[in-house]
Parts: sequence; structure tokens; C-alpha cells
Amino acid sequence: MTLLAPEQDVTAGSLHTKRLPAWAALATAVVALALSAALVLGTGIGNWVLVVVLGAVLYLIGFWLAANAVEGPRSARNRTWSALIHSACVLAILPLASVTWTLISNGINRLDGNFFLTSMNNIGARDANGGAYHAIVGTLEQVGIAALITIPLGVLGAIYLVEYGRGKLSLAIRFFVDVMTGIPSIVAGLFVLAFWVLIVSPLFNNGQPQYSGFAAALALSVLMLPTIVRSTEEMLRLVPAPLREGAYALGVPKWKTILRIVIPTALPGIVTGIMLSIARAAGETAPVLLVAGGTAAINFNPFENNQSSLSLFVFSQATDSSRFSPDRAWTAALTLVALVLILTIAAKLLARRNRLTR
Amino acid sequence: MGDTPPRSVDASAGGPGAHSTRAAGAAASSDGPTDNNGRGGGSSLPRAKAFGAEPAFRGLTQASGIMVLVIIVAIAVFLISEAIPALRANQENFFTFNEWHAQSSDPRFGIAAIVFGTVLSAVIALVVAVPIALGIALFLSHYAHRRIATWLGFVIDLLAAVPSVVFGLWGRSVFIEPVRDFSVWLNHYFSWIPLFGGNGPFGNSILLGSLVLAIMVLPIVTSLSREVFMQTPKQNEEAALALGATKWEMVRTAVLPYGRPGVIAAVMLGLGRALGETIALAMTLGSSFIITANVIQNGGVTIASNIANGFGEADDIGRGALIASGLVLFTITLVVNMIARVIIYRRREFTDVAA
Repeated sequence: MTLLAPEQDVTAGSLHTKRLPAWAALATAVVALALSAALVLGTGIGNWVLVVVLGAVLYLIGFWLAANAVEGPRSARNRTWSALIHSACVLAILPLASVTWTLISNGINRLDGNFFLTSMNNIGARDANGGAYHAIVGTLEQVGIAALITIPLGVLGAIYLVEYGRGKLSLAIRFFVDVMTGIPSIVAGLFVLAFWVLIVSPLFNNGQPQYSGFAAALALSVLMLPTIVRSTEEMLRLVPAPLREGAYALGVPKWKTILRIVIPTALPGIVTGIMLSIARAAGETAPVLLVAGGTAAINFNPFENNQSSLSLFVFSQATDSSRFSPDRAWTAALTLVALVLILTIAAKLLARRNRLTR
Repeated sequence: MGDTPPRSVDASAGGPGAHSTRAAGAAASSDGPTDNNGRGGGSSLPRAKAFGAEPAFRGLTQASGIMVLVIIVAIAVFLISEAIPALRANQENFFTFNEWHAQSSDPRFGIAAIVFGTVLSAVIALVVAVPIALGIALFLSHYAHRRIATWLGFVIDLLAAVPSVVFGLWGRSVFIEPVRDFSVWLNHYFSWIPLFGGNGPFGNSILLGSLVLAIMVLPIVTSLSREVFMQTPKQNEEAALALGATKWEMVRTAVLPYGRPGVIAAVMLGLGRALGETIALAMTLGSSFIITANVIQNGGVTIASNIANGFGEADDIGRGALIASGLVLFTITLVVNMIARVIIYRRREFTDVAA
């Protein structure tokens, strides 16, 4: 209805409606900032942050008033919302820039060979050295085992959903795969704690609960499984049906068609999904904290004794009271982010080479 | 929503429906030759074997699929079985008591305070994050130049990939400074509002935790809403513009109503993530078991942060108690996620019918 209401200044006789000149925005911004600075600093109720915030609010109001006077209310609303939407982006970029900057500037302090080649064994509160070798080993082993468990399970599950699944069972599986993506990582950790560490592992360990890297890998598997199923399923659905039909027409059995035709066609997409889920799992802290136990020493055996991981290392160093631990935490965080981002970016680049598109 | 025309654009981007018909056709054509019931020429073809590669492969994939259901059920079963002994030993009401003294002698614990903290921090995080996320989603889908949109979308995806422990570290050692200054300022001028009262110390507060949480749920809500906004039928947008709508009026009358179910689902998924977030909150909150509306004083605790912080010194009963609280978290997030998924599925069915 508002759309159809005749607006005088929009449909006024001439072809040219009055437009706000381009310099009006800049002028409003300057006036708003000056006014806000005078107001805030004059009354002494805040610092430059408040000046900027209040200036932005005044700018929006002033700009709306100016546009309202010159171009009419509809155009004024349009311009204000456009400004709001643009400022939302600036607001989102700010924390990202801050995280990136502090991560790099604090992370390079300990970015040396010693950090990557030593563990925290026998490192006291007064020792400046010590490193994350044990944590890197732990992360790689846990994520690797989790990937070994999850990739076959996830890909086969997705094959079932796409190629075989009919009726209520596959609907239920699909629904709960989606629901499972939302399970908090700490719940996955508690599950493996209750199931593996407290009930199953005592059977192999003289009745004592055994915290281990393998338990952490199990917890990560619970988190990775739904994402792998989901992404693989999406990719398999993109494989054109004529490819399958061609194989069937040549008398190829269905299982061979799937393994030889469908999977290879969708492979780049499947690998992308797997890499993304590995990247996410590598950054998980909570499950590792609960079931791997954490340790300062190097432990290559994921099945016995406590293990650490990079994210757990960041957590424990960040909450440590030693004066040297923040530097270690930042460097470990930088390493972790580098690992995760390299995986993510590689996955995205691989996705670009994927010829199956929607 | 009733006036939405058929969505040819979405037919290929939609869910299972559009494709499963094709897959079903393919399946039927493959099963055809193997069954012998009166199909022409069927008798000359090999009979379906009961123990061959095909049934074996089928069974293998089916078992993998069923694993998902098994895991969900197993999570509930094992959490309950470990929680029961601790709940039996508990001296107080688990649901209404608001302190956490879970040790073998005289265990008294309850989830009132931690559930309150969980919900409060998640709600504040969403109140901050959702408007910004929707703004960015609209910017990416309708306002930005295509190249900028691709680039910024990529950055937002990377933001989603940053591990939560990094946000926790950043919140704990960097973001706390501006938040503390802001809290002091709020307390100075607005202490008459209960939210901003108190005498300090400020900093490790619900406010800090919620803001860090907001940054973390932002990418999820953004990318999901951007996707639904992009699916708005071009005809709807062009019709609005042809009627003389300004860009914002087009967005309000064509894009937002169309995307509403998707946005609701995105917010619910963000809520699920915010409720379950552990490490970032364990590193930023000040941990106090007081139910208060004050958001700027040191304190605040959530189910997940309580588990992460309390696990180290927990004995058998303590572990059971934490597992019991984890069960509550599991139930809450399960319900939230199921609601979100049902909304998405309904919408998907609707769009498939329309297509």
C-alpha cells in the first residue's frame, strides 16, 4: 500500500526529482562528529569511543532529517537503512581485525624452533622456554584417528542416504544427522567420558579409568560424523543421474557404479567437506580437556596415558599464572589458527575446482 | 508467504526432494532386471543373490547410516547411567538449588544458577549478534558489489573456522580492557538500572562472555541467512522495484518475508551453538553461582563452562554431577536444534511443492 501511495516529490511533474547532493553525506558526518565531540568532551562523560558512537547515531539522525527534507520520507528511510546495513559490516570487521592483529603481534614472541621442538616437561613457572611439541603430536594423532574412524563411516552413511535410503528410516537418519551437527562439543566429550573412559577403558586397564588420546579421537569423531555425512550427501546428490543410468545400462552392478562412477565424480567435493570437518575438529578443546587428560610430557601412544593437544595447550597456558605462559598460549593459538586456516583455505580452493555445481 | 510464486531458481539449490526423484528413478531402473516377477525378459537375467556384493554393500551403508541414530541414543543412555548415582546422592533439589558443592561427602548441587547463566549469556549474545548478522547477510546478498560480497563472505567463513579457544584467549586478554572500561562507564552513569549496578570489580562478566559469544555465533547466522536471502525469487524483487519501491522497500516487502522461516531457523541454530559453547566462556566468565540480573560485575557461569572449570578437581560424585548437568544441556540443545530443523524442513517441503 505504501508502494502505491502517490508521493508528490517523486512523481512531481518534471522528470528530475530533487536529489541530495553527494557532499551532503560527508557534511552531515563532519557536523555530527563535531557536535558529538563538543557534547561528550564538553560535559566530560566519556572518551573518543563515545564520541565516535554518538557521532554515528547523530549522523544517522541528521542524514535522515536532511534526506527527509529534500527527497521525502521514503527515500530517507531507504538511505538510513542502507547506512545501517553498511555499518553492520564495519562492526563485524572490527573484532576480526583485532583478533588477527593481536594473534600475530603476540604470537611471534615465541615463534622459534625451541617452541616447536620441546615439550612442557619439567618446565616450571620461572622457566621462559618450553614448547608445544607434545601438543602438536597429540593434535595430529587425535585428529588423524578421528578422521580414520569418521571418513568411512560418514561416506558410507551418506551413500546410504542418497543411493539406498527410502522411507522413514532414511528420513529419520537425515533428520538426526542435522540435529547431531548441533550437539555441543562438551556433550560429546561427556559422552565419551561416560562410555569409554569410565566404562570400557577400565576393562583393559586393571579397573582404572584410562584417559587417552584415543578417547579424544572418539569424541572428535562424534563431532565430525554429522558434518561429513551432510557434506558428502550434498555432493553425491549433485552427481548427474545419467552417469548412473549409463553404468546401469552397461550392466554394472549398483555397488560398483557407486564406487567407480559416483564417488570419483563427487570426490573433490567430498574431500572439501572432509577437510573442513577436520579443520573444525582440530580446534575443539572441550572434549580433549575431558577425556585426554592433558599432560606436559611427550606421549606418542594415543591408547595409553594422558595426551595433550594444541587447543588444550592454549587453554592450559592461558589459565596458567606463570609470567611466561601468555606468550606460549599466543604462539600456540597462532599455530592452531594457521593449521585450521590452511586446511580451510585449501578446502575452499579445492571446492573451486569441483566441476559439480548446483 | 502465500503469494510466493513457483521458485524455479531454487529447484536445484533446494533439499533432497528435487533430486531424490531422480535418484529414485535410477534406483528403480537398477532394481528392475534383478526381480523376476513377470517383467519381460527377467527370467533370462541372473537372479538377485541373497549373499552377494550388492546386499553386503547395501547392508554396510545402512549400518553406517544407523550409527548416527545409535550414537544419539547412546549419548542419552550413557549420560543418564553415569548421572543417576550422583543424582541419588544429591542432598538438594537438582533443579532449584543454585550452588555447586559436588563432592563425595555431603554433595549438594543444583542447576538453577548455571541454567540461568547459560540462557542469559546466550540470549544477550543473540540480541547483539542477530541484527548485525542480518545486516551483513543483506549486505552480502543485495547491497554489496559482487566481488566485495565474495571476498567478505569468504572472510566470514574464515571467522567461523577460528577455534573457540582462540576467541577465549582474545576475550580474556585483549577484549576485556574495552569491556571493563565500558562496564565502569555504564556503572557510573546507569547504575540505577539493575543490569548495570554493583560496585565492581568489573570485567570477567556475563557481558564480556556474551560479547565474545556474539562474535562467535555471528558467522553461522550470517551465512545461513545470506543463503535464504539469495534464494528470494528474482520475480518478487523485480516486481517490487517495478512498482516503484526503493531498495529498502523491496528488501522489506520481498526479501525479508520470503526469508523469515530461514532466518528463524538460523537464529535457532545460533542459539544452539551459543548454549553449548564451552571454552570461550570458561576463559572469560568469572564463575560465581549467584542468580543476578547484573551483567557487568565479575561472575556468571554456564553449564558448559562449569563442566570445563570444575572437571579437574571433580571426584566420582562430582563427575556424575557434571555429567547430569551435561545431560540437561544435551536436552536443551537437542530441543532447540530439532525445532530449528523442523522449521527448515517445513520450508523445504513447501518450496519443493511450489517448485
